[in-house]
Amino acid sequence: MVHLSGPQRRGPDLKELVAQVAFGDQDAFGRLYDAVAGPVFGLVRRVLRDPAQSEEVTQEVMLEVWRTAARYQPDRGEVMSWVLTMAHRRAVDRVRSAQATADREQRVAARSHMPAFDEVAEQVEGRLEREQVRRCLRMLTELQRQAVTLAYYRGYSYREVADMLSAPLGTVKTRMRDGLIRLRDCLGVES
Amino acid sequence: MTGGAELHTLTGAYAAHALDGPERAEFERHLALCEACALEVREFAATLARLGAAEAETPPAELRARVMSGIGSVRQLAPPSAVVPVVPQPTGRRRRSRLVRHWPKLALAASVALAAALGGLAVDQSRRADEADARATQLQAQQAVFGSLLTAPDARTATATAGTGVGTVVWSQSRGQAGFLASGMPALPAGKTYELWFDDAGTMRPAGLLPASSGSLLLQGPLDGAVGVGVTVEPAGGSAHPSSTPVMLLPFS
Ligand SMILES: [Zn+2]
Repeated sequence: MVHLSGPQRRGPDLKELVAQVAFGDQDAFGRLYDAVAGPVFGLVRRVLRDPAQSEEVTQEVMLEVWRTAARYQPDRGEVMSWVLTMAHRRAVDRVRSAQATADREQRVAARSHMPAFDEVAEQVEGRLEREQVRRCLRMLTELQRQAVTLAYYRGYSYREVADMLSAPLGTVKTRMRDGLIRLRDCLGVES
Repeated sequence: MTGGAELHTLTGAYAAHALDGPERAEFERHLALCEACALEVREFAATLARLGAAEAETPPAELRARVMSGIGSVRQLAPPSAVVPVVPQPTGRRRRSRLVRHWPKLALAASVALAAALGGLAVDQSRRADEADARATQLQAQQAVFGSLLTAPDARTATATAGTGVGTVVWSQSRGQAGFLASGMPALPAGKTYELWFDDAGTMRPAGLLPASSGSLLLQGPLDGAVGVGVTVEPAGGSAHPSSTPVMLLPFS
């Protein structure tokens, strides 16, 4: 007979929470909300700017998490990556929607006022994660950083990014990719 | 711009949701066939998630209340029954919790999922037609019991992980039964199987074999005084006593 001695308990495991949420566990969903709503809201707000729209999209994303929890595949990536990918997709769809057109045109017109280094660096407070992201963004070339941050934090398509940076399409798409490769390695992201 | 080599460079733009329209559709078709790009996109998604998480900002408190009341009217999807082999890496973590309200919806989703999962098991397990028939009948009976177990008013769940796999035990003291659902359990070498056990306060009682990486099983035997469920890796066919330390432990508490 093997005597049972359980493995040690650690902090909340998001994969376990999602598995419970998939079975309709509302308590688990509440805990999952507490773990991911801040990143979701922060990212969405970064892309959309408008607080009211950002709340709406955050709510949509969280309901989508509830609805599709059973489709999350733990071997395909972390929960945070799954949730933030959904959040970003929705924020980008919203920013590119018809309602946002006017605002967008203004923003494209105002591109000469674009900061040389996207505000990510300026907003950074002491948190370790932010520090690390900031440090890794600094390791990119100017064009790589602009390509990645304009697409990700502002929700621009790579064609718009090319237009804004007056760079050829092929170059922008390559810079996005090799910028992300550098970030991936710098942040120690593993598949 | 439609050449294969060109397409590989779109992983970054795609992961950042910077591709639109036909280009996005074209790349998604490529992605379905290109393992290297699929892997790179997953890595980039994880990388960008770090950039996103670095922007975390506390949402207004009333948003939580809105979301929590909103889920009551959102019907959940049933899990797919795909079996995804992964590299074994046994660890175990557990968390337990109460299943709450909204039973009819859950029961429906669960029975659809179970039908799919159990159907998968039947195909995996049975080579001969007569075996398959007998097994299908047995599985149908199991599924009915499992379904009723899920809807028991005192049904509760506990979840644990092993590597990238997730196991959930559902039990009901009033029914005296337990069921187990696995998703993406690490693939085992030929000749090995996952075996489930009732933990009778430190003594393991065999409760059935899990024949696939993903699927569900009604545990054999009554709950009795069991304090939890364990999962071990055993030789195919199972063992009377565990021959290895558990990869998962799920206490009933
Ligand atoms: Zn490819």
